[in-house]
Amino acid sequence: MAGQEQQQPQSRDTEVDEDVPAAPPAPADAQASAATQGVDDLLDEIDGVLESNAEEFVRAFVQKGGQ
Amino acid sequence: MTAVVPGKPADTAGGLPVGGAMRVMGSETEYGIHAPSAPGANATMMSARVIQAYAQVTRQRAAGGAETRWDYTDEEPLHDARGWTLERASADPEQLTDQPPVLDAEAIALAYGRQELEADGQDESGTLLMNMVLGNGARLYVDHAHPEYSSPEVTNPRAAVTWDAAGDLVALAAVRRLAADPELPPINLYKNNTDNKSVSYGSHENYLMPRSVPFGEIVRGLTPFFITRQIICGAGRVGLGQDSARAGYQISQRADFFETEVGLETTIRRPIINTRDEPHATADKYRRLHVIIGDANLSQASNFLKFGTTAMVLSLIEAGLAPRIEVHEPVAALQAVSHDTALTGLLRLGDGRRISALDLQWIYFEAASKHAQDTGVADAVDGDGHTHEVLERWSATLSELGGDRAAAASSVEWLAKLSLLEGYRQRDGLGWDNARLGLVDLQWADIRPEKGLYYRLLARDRMHRIVDDAAIARAVTEPPSDTRAYFRGRCVSRFGADLAGASWDSVIFDVPGRGRLQRVPTREPLRGTEALTGGLFARHREAGTFLAELLGLSPGS
Repeated sequence: MAGQEQQQPQSRDTEVDEDVPAAPPAPADAQASAATQGVDDLLDEIDGVLESNAEEFVRAFVQKGGQ
Repeated sequence: MTAVVPGKPADTAGGLPVGGAMRVMGSETEYGIHAPSAPGANATMMSARVIQAYAQVTRQRAAGGAETRWDYTDEEPLHDARGWTLERASADPEQLTDQPPVLDAEAIALAYGRQELEADGQDESGTLLMNMVLGNGARLYVDHAHPEYSSPEVTNPRAAVTWDAAGDLVALAAVRRLAADPELPPINLYKNNTDNKSVSYGSHENYLMPRSVPFGEIVRGLTPFFITRQIICGAGRVGLGQDSARAGYQISQRADFFETEVGLETTIRRPIINTRDEPHATADKYRRLHVIIGDANLSQASNFLKFGTTAMVLSLIEAGLAPRIEVHEPVAALQAVSHDTALTGLLRLGDGRRISALDLQWIYFEAASKHAQDTGVADAVDGDGHTHEVLERWSATLSELGGDRAAAASSVEWLAKLSLLEGYRQRDGLGWDNARLGLVDLQWADIRPEKGLYYRLLARDRMHRIVDDAAIARAVTEPPSDTRAYFRGRCVSRFGADLAGASWDSVIFDVPGRGRLQRVPTREPLRGTEALTGGLFARHREAGTFLAELLGLSPGS
């Protein structure tokens, strides 16, 4: 779908191609694979950071109106 | 006696390259505020404590006291961009933002002890400090019941990310200061937009536009874009509906709180397009487009795209080249997009066609890309230095959203948060109504790096950095060099003790030996830059002679 829309406008497909990288930048790839490997590790770390008594903490977070 | 900050006259385009992502812009962040050990503490007073704490930090930093009172002269919250002014009597009290907030004595006594107030809570004139102008050109103040940081004016999305993130460090410095005070309860600040109990608070963007662009064109061009841009810059939210009555996850913090298409209000009946018309600049040349629909972003990549793509769409509108698209029932569509985390739903257009949010973004991307190439600003080498990067990141992000969502999770904030939540759901078998998921959502936005879950991901390089940490730290004290914020910020840092006040479009001096206040208007956002006033600051260490040269007076006159 996206590719289809991408090629619709005007007759300047070659110019468009120059501006649309074929693949995401390399660091994103590296981070993506890290994402699948390190999830358990990450959750373990975050377990230690989360406020204790989730229910109570979330309930007490009450804000007054803003814009 | 007034003078104008020196500089060449700006044209209606503001003197910046047109057609791309450069324009005068800025951000406003209202922080969620919470004192776990003092539930029920008055939110306005706690917010004042945050401002007070930062004033103590800056007093320590600069002996002169880098704090200045806000000048309310040019605030016009009831001016409507559609061409009329709301009667004060028919305005909601919360719309009257041109008056300093008044705290009654009881509220003050409740939150501060009397003694403490006298010792520290007042400035020399006896009023509680609710409002500061910072050395980086920003404003830090109490807005309703939240501390708010309004960034200095910048000219490009990268700088917008930098000075917005600097605000998070300002807020963090205040939090640390309060935490170190054994007499006061610690206060946490959250860069989010709802308490998930029916209350929302804003994160606004401001963009300078030529007044000649008809407002109807802005509404027509922006509405379909605003309905869909959340897929690249939404911050994610656990809970559906204003009060989170239904369990689930959605793309935007804010979408469920919008109730109308166009309007003046920002706290009630929130509109997709806000018509507040306070240019804070030469009014017949400029309008300041006040955007209230965005989520506060911690993800730098989402924040960069929020400012960059919106600036580019405004360039399209100014050129009369915005895509001619009308989305059927915009408010319902906005919420439908927010609730569609699979990105598979179709929006109905006015002409009966149906289109996905992603494809609608591609249409805007194509139009913006073509216009930027036609005007030359998109070139990687000879362009304006910003538009090329916006286009690259915009198209890469849309491509990832259409295919490799795992890759997008390191830049798109709602996906980053979702991947963390899904991790918990899978490991612990949690339903969307489980309080721990609500806590992950809330604590995502805690601005303390050791507690904030966004910052935990950033520390593990699971989130992209757009700006390096040193640049953000510098922006806490340094103003942008290329707008009037330079003049304002430098005046505050250098001559803070000799200032009576400042605002977006003025700096007011109160110099000993001069009988009256001297108001220096700064109504042209691209004057007062380092290039134009750096020499003046270099030549004068003292406000009297500085002002004399600026005003063209002989010293002491």
